[in-house]
Amino acid sequence: MPKVKIPRKSTLVDMTAMCDVAFLLLTFFILTSKFRPQEPVQINMPGSRAERKIAEQNIMMLTVNNDGKVFWGVDNQKVRARTLERMMTNYPDVQFTEEQKAKFVTLESFGVPFHMLPSLLDDKIKNDDSAPGIPVDSSASRYNRNELADWVFAGRVADNELRIAQEIESDGIDVAVKGDGATDYPKMKKIMDTLVDKKVNKFNLVTALKGGDSAAEGGGGE
Amino acid sequence: MAEISTGDSGGKHKGGKRSKKLSTRVDMTPMVDLGFLLITFFVLVTTFNKPSAMDLNLPAKDDDKEKEDTPEIKQSKVVQFILGPENKLYHFVGIEDIKVDSIDFSASRNVREVIAAREKEVARQWGSRDSVLLFIKPMYASKYRNMVDILDEVNIAQIKRFALIDFSESDSLMMQAAITGQPQATEATNQ
Repeated sequence: MPKVKIPRKSTLVDMTAMCDVAFLLLTFFILTSKFRPQEPVQINMPGSRAERKIAEQNIMMLTVNNDGKVFWGVDNQKVRARTLERMMTNYPDVQFTEEQKAKFVTLESFGVPFHMLPSLLDDKIKNDDSAPGIPVDSSASRYNRNELADWVFAGRVADNELRIAQEIESDGIDVAVKGDGATDYPKMKKIMDTLVDKKVNKFNLVTALKGGDSAAEGGGGE
Repeated sequence: MAEISTGDSGGKHKGGKRSKKLSTRVDMTPMVDLGFLLITFFVLVTTFNKPSAMDLNLPAKDDDKEKEDTPEIKQSKVVQFILGPENKLYHFVGIEDIKVDSIDFSASRNVREVIAAREKEVARQWGSRDSVLLFIKPMYASKYRNMVDILDEVNIAQIKRFALIDFSESDSLMMQAAITGQPQATEATNQ
């Protein structure tokens, strides 16, 4: 029986095209995305069918975790610095070093009472679920003040001042509340009341698109 | 690598002193690996799409004339929702017919049906479905998620007027009475 010679074919695959595709995709992702801001706490947002996206910039974000602890943050670093200055005039007995001020500017969001802020900036306290949160109630504050209200007010004033000085481009800062779906309603209500007290009658509730939220979602939907 | 050695490379030219022509082909496999690794990294660390936002307008607070400005509202225009514990939702129309129905958020279509039915009734009586006024009264035991859910339904139904109202003592009495089936026990709460 004659031997059948099977031609040996090369298994070499040209990877150049695949490489092109990979880097094309990479370029696309780099250009279209921005880094997720570091968040101190994990928030499981409730779902809604609201389609309007949250504003790109000039946002004051109040993050509320499922214990009702409030974290305050502003996206613009200049506004952050100016807000801290304003807050220091409100609470004159808390001192900040220059390093601490510089660290504060890089802080995306934080949740401690004002007197603990220096130790947070020195990394003595963790900025996560174990942080006490910003006092929304004067009884929880060492200074008997609604500190969240002060932060909200100071942030808006700082934004306004910088806008008038034309140091930032802004058409008014938006306040957004990013609450965990499992937060008790009374705690959220306290925060909303605080905002209304500070004349923030219009604000955004940050939600996930419906579907990501499993507890309240069932047979509903279209 | 993308190449499996077939064992016959250069076999024919063995011994020949001819200078080898070097292939200009570069193996792209590691580069592809790197590319996809970077893609994976970027996809994971970036926000692909931003979360959506729901507008909420609350009435401004006026300390001086708190109760005086509260307008009187026709009960025939109203539908009220009470957000209860454990994702429960109760709805009723007015104080006079306290028939507290419990519906569940888990079937949000139910909420939609209730709102639509009430809108139809109001439209029949008042000419326009825009006259509907929706009251939301979250109980203390309710969760923030419930509030967002009902506000979402309000947006979907395009209700023009709604109000977030504190859950009051009289509401709680009424709820109790309705649940235990003693409808007349709440006469004191009328007005």
